[in-house]
Amino acid sequence: MTSATIVEPKDAHPGYPTGLRRWLVTTDHKDIGLLYMGFSAAMFFVAGMLALVFRAELAAPGVQFLQGSLYNQLVTLHGLAMVFAFIMPFATGLNNYLIPLMIGSPRTALPRLSKWGFWLLPLAVMVLLIPFFLQFFGVGDGASQASWTMDNTGLDMQSRLGVDFTIVAVYLFGISSIFGAFNVIVTVLTLRTPTMSLWSMPLFCWGWLVVAFLLLLVVPVLATAVGLLFADRHFGTHFFIASGGGDPILFQHLFWFFGHPEVYIVVLPAWAILPTILSAFSRKPIYGYKAQVYSYWAIAFLGSIVWGHHMLAQGLPLMENLYFMYATFSISVPTSVLIFCWIGTIWRGAMTFETPMLFALGAIVGMLIGGLSGVLIPDAGAYSQYHNTMYITGHFHYPFFGAAVLGMMATVYYYLPKMTGRMYNESLGRLHFWITAVSFNVTFLSMMMVGLAGMPRHVVDYAIKYADWNRVISVAAFVLGAAQLIFLYNVIQTIRGHGEKAADKPWEGAVGLEWTPSSPPPS
Amino acid sequence: MHQVLAPNSNRLIVKLVALVLGAFAFGCALVPFYTIICRVTGLNGKTEGVVSWAGGVTADLSRFVTVEFAGTTMQGLSWEFRPTTERITVHPGEITTTTFYARNPTNETLSGQAVPSVSPGWVAQYFKKIECFCFKQQQLQAGEERQMPLVFYVSPDLPVDVHEIALAYSFFPITKSR
Repeated sequence: MTSATIVEPKDAHPGYPTGLRRWLVTTDHKDIGLLYMGFSAAMFFVAGMLALVFRAELAAPGVQFLQGSLYNQLVTLHGLAMVFAFIMPFATGLNNYLIPLMIGSPRTALPRLSKWGFWLLPLAVMVLLIPFFLQFFGVGDGASQASWTMDNTGLDMQSRLGVDFTIVAVYLFGISSIFGAFNVIVTVLTLRTPTMSLWSMPLFCWGWLVVAFLLLLVVPVLATAVGLLFADRHFGTHFFIASGGGDPILFQHLFWFFGHPEVYIVVLPAWAILPTILSAFSRKPIYGYKAQVYSYWAIAFLGSIVWGHHMLAQGLPLMENLYFMYATFSISVPTSVLIFCWIGTIWRGAMTFETPMLFALGAIVGMLIGGLSGVLIPDAGAYSQYHNTMYITGHFHYPFFGAAVLGMMATVYYYLPKMTGRMYNESLGRLHFWITAVSFNVTFLSMMMVGLAGMPRHVVDYAIKYADWNRVISVAAFVLGAAQLIFLYNVIQTIRGHGEKAADKPWEGAVGLEWTPSSPPPS
Repeated sequence: MHQVLAPNSNRLIVKLVALVLGAFAFGCALVPFYTIICRVTGLNGKTEGVVSWAGGVTADLSRFVTVEFAGTTMQGLSWEFRPTTERITVHPGEITTTTFYARNPTNETLSGQAVPSVSPGWVAQYFKKIECFCFKQQQLQAGEERQMPLVFYVSPDLPVDVHEIALAYSFFPITKSR
């Protein structure tokens, strides 16, 4: 009898720790999941506020209150914190909490490793942020200004403390996500309830399995890239320094070998949960289960061989540009399969529009706009119009916020009754959705427009002719930020026990083992 | 008791650790791999190192190739640097000498390294240098100026449809500590 078949009785832990001790010593997958989600949600608000600071600066042309150096630091920190401290750990939290419930296991396979991964995060965030604050006390020259791509082409700009701290932080974040990936793979492969084959497990488990393998394969390459950059900066090597025989373009090759799969690491967990939610609120089974699983693997594979479309303006030879262009176009095939499967799932279903469903539908639209605006970019001929403009910024916020974050919000609303044992406030949830959906689209569609008109990104000031668009973007961004406070309030009130008691299966159409235990599930 | 892993977990974990280490090794291997790919295919327009003139190459007097020169200095090296002749028309296989002019207008000694780039990139393999100031670092005293030689020939194997080659040098600063 394997341990997977042992269902622990509810009274297995009579001395289950309470209070602060519970969070420090727990190996319970739900508590670890909540730690991940709580911390990364806090980082969502921190990184969001960083964005609002520089959006306030950009509300009018000219330099208002942010010098160029501070502006660059804020942009860089916003990107790094959102990707590494919010989206990735939040998805890890969801997998810790949900996968054992979904596959009928009382625990994850490597809870202590997962917990270690969690405790690296506050450390990593501190390392990331320390140089930013030190500059106000006259130490160093602030955080990295090199954007989240850690672009080293301007080596002079890199001669600052912040880049070194960023490199160390990236190592910590990377180790954390590799630990999380280990936990997912071993859990999914060894702890499924005996009657559940790989081909009958929920799509969320499949999605995360693919993401975990992607993490194991590409995060070490990022470690190589920033490790060599560190060596160039301090140990006198010349991997990326042309005067010593190295090549700056090599850094971009290494970074984007990680950087493009990273996009799919960010969006796949959300894509994988969408069909579950869509099917629950359409009262129909998931359409195209196998097609979606194969699409995940196809996206992971194709996503790993197209990194050069981020470098179309770097003077790569024509044949290389053409290869990356056609390879990138080919990714739209499996992603289209996913979108058609989602539409197939809700097609002629008995749909109701509770908050999770609204967010799930919003995520489909976000993915659609993200995909359609993105398929223009790798066009090697047209790329020079888009390169380093706000169009790129507007575009990549669609898969990141429009698909991944909206998808994760749908997941939170969907599982909040299960996690807290209480129903959230439905009208506040819908209000949150509609304000978010409208302000998000106004923000980033306007960004694409102003980018097509020629406004460059990463610049603190801009020409007068872009002023109107930028005022619109800034106002919408502040509305978007404020809408998340509704979300925060709603979730906190639910955790504090306001709202009706939730049934074990609060959604009529919900399917899956995770609805079997009580709400909240026993520790 | 309840923390005991399923029996097949340990082997799985060992495999996953090997996968991560393999991926890290792969990342490191990409560095020489990239250099080799560039050298074999001539993708990034780097010329080969010194070519010794052993004779045996006869000039193809029936064809002409125009070679254009350009010189820039990178941020951190405030030298004047330019080719003395901007374009030369040569026969493939003909040994040609030209010079680049460099002057250090500052009042401190500065060292630099010139990095060549040929375009179109794939033509780099046909551009042979017998002597070049880019083969070693150059040091200029305060106010010193220098005519730096470049001796080269274009290989007669150059495809007949190439009529123009551009050779650009970027002078990078060499600093003792970064």
